[in-house]
Amino acid sequence: MSMELVLTPPTNVVDAEGNFTKDTYMYWYESMYLMRKFEEKAGQLYGQQKIRGFCHLYIGQEACAAGAVTALTRNDKWIAAYRDHAYPLGLGTSARAIMAELYGKATGCSKGKGGSMHMFDKNVNFMGGHGIVGAQVPMGAGIAFAEKYNKTGNVCICYMGDGAVRQGAFHEALNMAMTWKLPVIFVIENNGYAMGTSIQRASNVTDLYILGEAYEMPSMPVDGMDVEAVHHAVAKAAERARAGEGPTLLEFRTYRYRGHSMSDPQKYRTKEEVEAYKKLDPVEQVRATILRKGLATEEELSAINARVKAIVEDSVQFAEESPFPDPSEAFTDVYVQPDYPFIMD
Amino acid sequence: MRVIQFREALREAMSEEMRRDPRVFLMGEEVAEYNGAYKVSQGMLDEFGPERVIDTPISELGFAGIGVGAAINGLRPIIEFMTFNFSLVAIDQVVNSAAKILPMSAGQYGCPIVFRGPTGNAGQLGAQHSQNFENWYANTPGLKVVVPSNPYDAKGLLKSAIRDDDPVIFMESELMYSDKGEVPESEYLIPIGQAKTVREGTDVTLVSFGKMMKVALNAADEAAKEGISAEVIDLRTVRPIDYAAVVNSVKKTNRLVIIEEAWPLASISTDVGFQVQRMAFDYLDAPVLRVNSMDVPLNYAPTLIEAVLPNVKRTMQAIKSVLYRN
Ligand SMILES: Cc1ncc(C[n+]2csc(CCOP(=O)(O)OP(=O)(O)O)c2C)c(N)n1
Ligand SMILES: [Mg+2]
Repeated sequence: MSMELVLTPPTNVVDAEGNFTKDTYMYWYESMYLMRKFEEKAGQLYGQQKIRGFCHLYIGQEACAAGAVTALTRNDKWIAAYRDHAYPLGLGTSARAIMAELYGKATGCSKGKGGSMHMFDKNVNFMGGHGIVGAQVPMGAGIAFAEKYNKTGNVCICYMGDGAVRQGAFHEALNMAMTWKLPVIFVIENNGYAMGTSIQRASNVTDLYILGEAYEMPSMPVDGMDVEAVHHAVAKAAERARAGEGPTLLEFRTYRYRGHSMSDPQKYRTKEEVEAYKKLDPVEQVRATILRKGLATEEELSAINARVKAIVEDSVQFAEESPFPDPSEAFTDVYVQPDYPFIMD
Repeated sequence: MRVIQFREALREAMSEEMRRDPRVFLMGEEVAEYNGAYKVSQGMLDEFGPERVIDTPISELGFAGIGVGAAINGLRPIIEFMTFNFSLVAIDQVVNSAAKILPMSAGQYGCPIVFRGPTGNAGQLGAQHSQNFENWYANTPGLKVVVPSNPYDAKGLLKSAIRDDDPVIFMESELMYSDKGEVPESEYLIPIGQAKTVREGTDVTLVSFGKMMKVALNAADEAAKEGISAEVIDLRTVRPIDYAAVVNSVKKTNRLVIIEEAWPLASISTDVGFQVQRMAFDYLDAPVLRVNSMDVPLNYAPTLIEAVLPNVKRTMQAIKSVLYRN
């Protein structure tokens, strides 16, 4: 199998009447199904200790990534926290490069240096998975600052969890982004919990979009299980940003089906709650829409499923067969300066 | 004697001090309802209730500062950082507030607070989650910095830290929480600032602290197989540092190797090496050597971790080198 097994986001997102095209729906289905199957596999591989360290799965939240891919151009910039496998997958990073990164192999998208929490792919403008809660929020504003400075017309979409909004960095960044009208879209993926802490236990303010209003930033809640709603919200925010009107704060209401990371007994929530959200499953929703609209048959969707399965299997084989980075790589990518004099006792 | 886990030793220290002194409370992320991210505070919410075992939002700067404010106003907080990597979000309150209140107020206000949590690498966690800041905090006058290596020391030192009238940084390790060791049931305290000679020897002094004590002790075993008698000193506290203990040992062995997980520049090993050459220059038969993490971030891949962390092999090379046995 070849490296061609990557997703290609559609270029004809809407038709002349402004309706989503078949390509768009099919992309949403395929990308979200790929994210889902890829991560289910990653979860299994973690159990087999092929993947180590912290590994945070995005299962349940797929629409938050897929809907934004279609709403933005391929020149726009992305930055996120550590729950970061799905965004590059949706943007077209090969499953191979992401799986190899999870394995810590030299062929990974961060050469095995980052691992699960630190995916980076400059080819698709994915500026990283970041491990310190909230740190990416001012960075996202800064990426947007550079776009504005260079008058590119590009925007930055900056993802964070509901836990991150309790960091001072979030508030400082929102204030400056709004004051300076930076072209940034702040996205809170509100999955209800920061580790074991529900949003209700972290603050009086549980409608998180309201936090943006303190800075007079256009802010709204969005159904994060509905890929179309995500698309519409991001598209509108991008339009505002490109028009020079500055940032938007979107609160995507979503849910993670799995634990915070792979070692979470999940005693803080009930099985019933998890099952209730699974009824709103974003992949199932778009699948139903496709069938209802007659955009594809069951057989065609099954063919996509088979293709996705092949992509995932291929990525595992690729990761298995790839080498670990050479130990000398520990001293590369620390400085740009090629002959930096490290202390070598 | 009774054998308990490192995490249990810490929990006992906190619980005993909370029973003894109503001013002591525990605050941090996931410390209460989740029973601690690493189960150090398991059961403490049940015993002490939500007024004294307090879950916070992910707001390190805020809750570190709330801790400092409470401390200068008469309480004795224990502030848990989920790991010390995240303490960097809060370091302003630690360095600019906690450590400065006493001098700025000319002694009118003290800051009896403990900031505790795990430090250093814990496996393949990537560059942002695998850092040692013992030397950063130790560099700051006004702070004390304790880095225990075993359950017995952890309990006795944490109790002392909680009773201390000055701010104490107390650094643990995810990789040690399940370690078991003998801890007596009866109460004891270990004074802050005293090193411990954990193994007597005559040929070379090995100095370390925290999780790296295992490397030092394993290297001492390895050295013994080659007929080298290593004396091993556990600093236990890296501010203040018990220089006398190191110097006295070096006067006997005439050789020193320091093992430390932090990066080499401006590290604890740098300082110990400097003080030893100053105080025991005439006793040294070889240059002081050290085994630190390599001068680079700790990446995810296992091959890169292997290449960077201190280990027995590198320690043995250093030991042989100071003994001119290469
Ligand atoms: C500054 C900081 N504090 C603590 C942590 C440990 N931590 C990692 S993820 C997390 C919870 C974050 O929850 P949320 O922002 O809601 O994102 P989610 O995991 O739900 O995607 C915590 C406390 C961290 N990485 N950084
Ligand atoms: Mg969350």
